[in-house]
Amino acid sequence: MKFIKKYKLSLFFILIVIIVYINSPENGKNIIKLATNDFKTMLLTIPPIFILIGLMDVWIKKEIFIKHMGEDSGFKGIMWAFILGTIGAGPTYGAFPVAALLIKKGARIAYAIFFLGIWSAVKLPLVIFESTAMGIKFTTIHIVIMVLTYLLGSFAIEKLLSKESKDELIENAKRITE
Amino acid sequence: MNASITFYTIAIILVIVSFVKDKQKTKFALIKAYKSFMGLMPSLIAMVIFVGLLLTFVSPNTIGKVLGEDSGIFGIINGLLIGSIAMMPGFIAFPLGANLLKAGAGYAQVAGFLGTLMAVGVSTIFLEMKFFKKKTTIYRNILAFIGSIVFAIVIGMVM
Repeated sequence: MKFIKKYKLSLFFILIVIIVYINSPENGKNIIKLATNDFKTMLLTIPPIFILIGLMDVWIKKEIFIKHMGEDSGFKGIMWAFILGTIGAGPTYGAFPVAALLIKKGARIAYAIFFLGIWSAVKLPLVIFESTAMGIKFTTIHIVIMVLTYLLGSFAIEKLLSKESKDELIENAKRITE
Repeated sequence: MNASITFYTIAIILVIVSFVKDKQKTKFALIKAYKSFMGLMPSLIAMVIFVGLLLTFVSPNTIGKVLGEDSGIFGIINGLLIGSIAMMPGFIAFPLGANLLKAGAGYAQVAGFLGTLMAVGVSTIFLEMKFFKKKTTIYRNILAFIGSIVFAIVIGMVM
């Protein structure tokens, strides 16, 4: 029962594939071929990423990073935001609570936004998939442009926010990460 | 595949280093890795089948029309908009991007699509607002959209 619940979406799609197969074996075979190819690529690519994340999780304490990202941390704060963002794993909405936590713990708002941008566009697991699928040149251009965009943009956003908006952001972060 | 060999090498070396330093912690890390991997499995399987279905039924002609090499600026805009609204994990999105190219889509158009797909989140905007309030969220998404436009243009010029 637990298995069915967990895999209900997969089972639903498999059912569709079966229906397609009955109606058109050619289309059915094509779907299976495409799906197994993608699946093999993923099985080969994902395990080392998860092992690295697991290791970082047990060895590096979050508080250590946060301490280095305060208002006066300067270039070091940007570097830490970058590192934290690249080791991110999972979808961008997974980064929202982390970025809110950074703000709550006293990280500069611009760095938290920069972190969010790095996580969304250039986190390491993504870079691997991207360079494998789209090539190194495409991926490098993507990284350079998004990093520059967020580097300039996160400070611009911070400037655009009024003192009240910033305080509201910090209060909100405190409330939401309680 | 080269990238993944690099990661296997780094992972193996670090596991050995970690194991020498602390057996218990290493074991814990590996269990965590295994659990996250298995936790991902259901969505992984669902998504590869979904992409298989999608690519079997959305004909190369349709893609050619929407993101085709000759679709020019409108194709780029299409890509930017589809990517902003759509939501899929990177390990699905990038193979899809490669397949789109094979199916006749243009580099700049695919770049626009992948750029906003990763950075702009229309479908998660209300969630983002919960954490960052309205203003910051809207600013960030506009910023990401602008970055994606630049990315598409640069890719269009060099690839």
